[in-house]
Amino acid sequence: MSDFESRGQRFVALCMLGILLFNYPVLALFNVPGSVFGIPVLYAYIFIAWVALIALMAMVAESHGRDRH
Amino acid sequence: MLHGSVIIFTSFAYLGLLFAIAYFADQRADAGRPVIASPYIYSLSLAVYATAWTFYGSVGRAASDGVGFLPIYIGPTLMIALWWVVMRKILRISKQNRITSLADFIASRYGKSALLGGLVTVIAVIGILPYISLQLKAISTSYSILVQYPEIVMPAQLDAEPIRQDTALWVAMILAAFTIAFGTRNLDAAEHHQGMVAAIAFESTVKLLAFLAVGIFVTYGVYDGFGDVFARAAAVPKLHRMMTPLDGVAGGYASWAWLTILSMMAIMFLPRQFQVTVIENLDEKHLNKAIWLFPVYMLAINVFVLPIAFGGLLRFPDGSVDGDTFVLTLPMAEKQELLALLVFIGGLSAATGMVIVETIALSTMVCNDLVMPVLLRLRGLRLNERPDLTRLLLGIRRGAIVLILLLGYLYFKLAGEAYALVSIGLISFAAVAQFAPVVLGGIFWKGGTRAGALCGLLGGFAVWLYTLLLPALARSGWLPIGLLEHGPFGIELLKPLELFGLSGLDQITHAMIWSMLANVGAYVGVSLAVSPSADEHRQASLFVDVFRQTGEAEGARFWRGTASAPDLFNLLARFQGVASADGAFREYAAGKGRRWPDDGLSADAELVHHVEVQLAGAIGSASARVMVASVVKEEALNIDEVREILDEASQVVVYSHRLKQKSHELEAATAELRAANERLKELDRMKDDFVSTVTHELRTPLTSIRAFTQILLEDPEIELEQRKKFLGIITKESERLTRLINQVLDVSKIESGKAEWRAASVDMKEVISDTVTAMSQVFQERHIEVEVRTPDRVSVVSADVDRIIQVMLNLLSNAVKFCEPGKGRIAIVLSEQAGGLRVDVRDNGPGIDPEDQAVIFDKFRQVGDTLTDKPHGSGLGLHISGKIVEHFGGRLWVESSRGRGACFSFTLPTGAGL
Amino acid sequence: MRKKILVADDEPNIVVALEYLLQRAGYEVHIARDGDEALRQVEAHVPDLVLLDVMMPLRSGYEVSRCIRERSDWRHIKIVMLSAKGRDAEVNKGMEAGADLYVTKPFSTRELVEKINGLLAS
Repeated sequence: MSDFESRGQRFVALCMLGILLFNYPVLALFNVPGSVFGIPVLYAYIFIAWVALIALMAMVAESHGRDRH
Repeated sequence: MLHGSVIIFTSFAYLGLLFAIAYFADQRADAGRPVIASPYIYSLSLAVYATAWTFYGSVGRAASDGVGFLPIYIGPTLMIALWWVVMRKILRISKQNRITSLADFIASRYGKSALLGGLVTVIAVIGILPYISLQLKAISTSYSILVQYPEIVMPAQLDAEPIRQDTALWVAMILAAFTIAFGTRNLDAAEHHQGMVAAIAFESTVKLLAFLAVGIFVTYGVYDGFGDVFARAAAVPKLHRMMTPLDGVAGGYASWAWLTILSMMAIMFLPRQFQVTVIENLDEKHLNKAIWLFPVYMLAINVFVLPIAFGGLLRFPDGSVDGDTFVLTLPMAEKQELLALLVFIGGLSAATGMVIVETIALSTMVCNDLVMPVLLRLRGLRLNERPDLTRLLLGIRRGAIVLILLLGYLYFKLAGEAYALVSIGLISFAAVAQFAPVVLGGIFWKGGTRAGALCGLLGGFAVWLYTLLLPALARSGWLPIGLLEHGPFGIELLKPLELFGLSGLDQITHAMIWSMLANVGAYVGVSLAVSPSADEHRQASLFVDVFRQTGEAEGARFWRGTASAPDLFNLLARFQGVASADGAFREYAAGKGRRWPDDGLSADAELVHHVEVQLAGAIGSASARVMVASVVKEEALNIDEVREILDEASQVVVYSHRLKQKSHELEAATAELRAANERLKELDRMKDDFVSTVTHELRTPLTSIRAFTQILLEDPEIELEQRKKFLGIITKESERLTRLINQVLDVSKIESGKAEWRAASVDMKEVISDTVTAMSQVFQERHIEVEVRTPDRVSVVSADVDRIIQVMLNLLSNAVKFCEPGKGRIAIVLSEQAGGLRVDVRDNGPGIDPEDQAVIFDKFRQVGDTLTDKPHGSGLGLHISGKIVEHFGGRLWVESSRGRGACFSFTLPTGAGL
Repeated sequence: MRKKILVADDEPNIVVALEYLLQRAGYEVHIARDGDEALRQVEAHVPDLVLLDVMMPLRSGYEVSRCIRERSDWRHIKIVMLSAKGRDAEVNKGMEAGADLYVTKPFSTRELVEKINGLLAS
């Protein structure tokens, strides 16, 4: 069961990370004029952070592969 | 021009295709070869989350404030990260209790309370109506716009309202018929609507592809990529502020955060999401893939929202075209007839998917948790005596579907025009968020009670009605607008949009703060104040401890009474039909190794529980309980008895936990013992080797001594010279023997920790000069040049001076041994380095092979130049020296290569030592 | 003609003792300090008897004994093993390697010479 618990903890940590990334004050850091590859900074940041978060979730979800019940 | 008939024909063709897919999937399911048993289909079905609201409304919202649409998709991504903890538990509970809906889940958790189930149903229906009306609005609006092709005219300007409302009514009726065909084929709501799920997954694919098609067309067809769209938008002064959209908006970040929280709740508690995620789930493991695939879907459907929004704002700068319609009007403006039609079908997919699943979920709730409990209680209907109730149940569900869609239409007529799509959707989100405390509290906190849940839901819902629904109706003109501006009866403090003076927030944030405060406060407060009944206590335990239980039979422990198997069978047959009941009983009997009906079954607690759970799958847990109670004579358990059973169970859990722990400990101890045994064996072997080696080393000098004494004894005529030589050998070999014995004793003392160590300040310079002096005789005899280099001042080290001298002597005699007489050179270097002193003793002997360097510090290891004599010495010297240096916190090592001499070095820490 | 004996041992004092004893007993004595040298000496002098220390550098007494036994023209050479190790297993190993006699150190010089005399007389 410890595998289950540790995976749960990793997911909770990812959720925390997400809440941190997508809220004040981190968002405010990117709410500035300018652009990245032609895309306004804030929009670029949100989408990049989003992709990264999903990638991490995929890694945790698939990391142990098989389920034991 | 796209004639209306073309659009209508295409729409029906599309709906027909959906139905065909559903029919095919149902056939396959009946044949036992389900098509939807895949994590990919499961993930796609979750995308029913993206409705017409997403399809048209996201662009609308983006066009008005830039980023406001994103929390609605980021929130679910965050929530899904918690699904591993939360949703797995809800899934397990729902499967074990054959939960049929969200209302059933909540009712079941709080003591199978019919009242609570009814309340949840009412909240859900009222809360979701705006959302359903939004879908109707989307379909009818998009139809009335598309039918004007190539003109782009907003319906409001067209004065075509009556037509559009008629369209909406038609849409509602067609969808009702379609949903009935989809969703009420089977009675057992806990059995899966596999055909529906397949169709929904297909719709999710269509709407995604349609949206991506528009996105790619606008971004790369009309403009020259993302950069181009943004650059052009930034050049327009009016749009410039949207490049940093969180600036200057009052409560921008707070509203962003609340929207995120709201959608986190919505992804769990919207009835349709609960339906596809929990009720329709075939395998818990599908969750693993869905956890990241569904967020990927949400990401994909949002990538092109901003380019389309900016594209629309640039294309229609005068504001004549509603942002909610950009997805459709942009292709129309570019004369892309087919693309526009595809968009319409995509929007239709999004809307119909939502409506179908939502109404199926709601109709199940209305039937099981609202209508049936009332009907069963009305004795005048004599429902208990009717032989077959399946038709009645199906009738109720079909009626509920029609009713819900009609109500949705009604809401559209009443309030539909006052709000943009997104605002309507958010009102529904806020309503279902009220379920969060009782559900989440219910699965993690045993203390939550029925009274607490009722009060929490009522409080939260009341605030929602007052702060969100009431203003919506007032703005639509159905209530006096003064209510919003001055508060009821002119009481400013009660203004629905600035309750108790809380102002400066947007409407949703304001409503969420107050409703959650009321909801959570009442739920927790009342739960703590009112003690739970026996039923609540039992259900709380079954839900919260679901992972500790073995299966369905768990619930049977709480039942005591008498019943007969045929009575139970008839009961089940009345609700599920004879065939289905027969199947359920056969399966149950088979599990017991018996055959139904030939063998008969004892109507024990387990069978009663099994029937109740089966029944719950058809009519919900609360009604099922009432029905089962009508055919069995049950002895009600009082709270103490329930507690006793629970305590027993928890005792068993504790015991088995302890047992497990003990056996773990035992295993660990065994492993330790085994390791210790191995170590002992190893030590024993080492001791054997040691003894064998020592005796060998002792026998060698003894052999010489004995041989020469015997020679001298037996041969008196030996010449004096010879005699002297032999006696000399005897003396030398005796010394060797003595030295060996001393060293062996030394080693055993050091290794057993019995050696005596005196610690005093040692001046290494003095030690070196003393030892060199002591050995000077040997050096001279062998003509060895000795060079000593020491710094002027060195720190003192704390050590046993005799032992350090022993080390030095050992290293020096070692060096002498390997030096070629006459050409030998030995260098002794003392240096100070960080934390200690270092002594190097370098010789110019033959050197030591790298592979031998590691072992020369072992006991009795001798490495010699085999072309000369066997090296003298016991092979213990370096070993002892190493031990001594280590004892004082230093290190002894060698650096050498063959033919280049050897350098033995050791360090001693200053200030340390014992 | 005097019989030839090869003494192979890496312990110089023991070699001195054996050399003295055997010369006094009338044998021609050759010396080797390790296994390889022992084999070279056997090749060079073809002694009648070889006294082999078991623990020698380069090549153990067992090996030297086996090498000697492999050559048919050396079949007549008597082999006496000398060892500080006297356990049964080691004695057996020595005999298996082709030794005629296994003597444990320390030994009685008189007995050793008598046994050698006996072996060479037969």
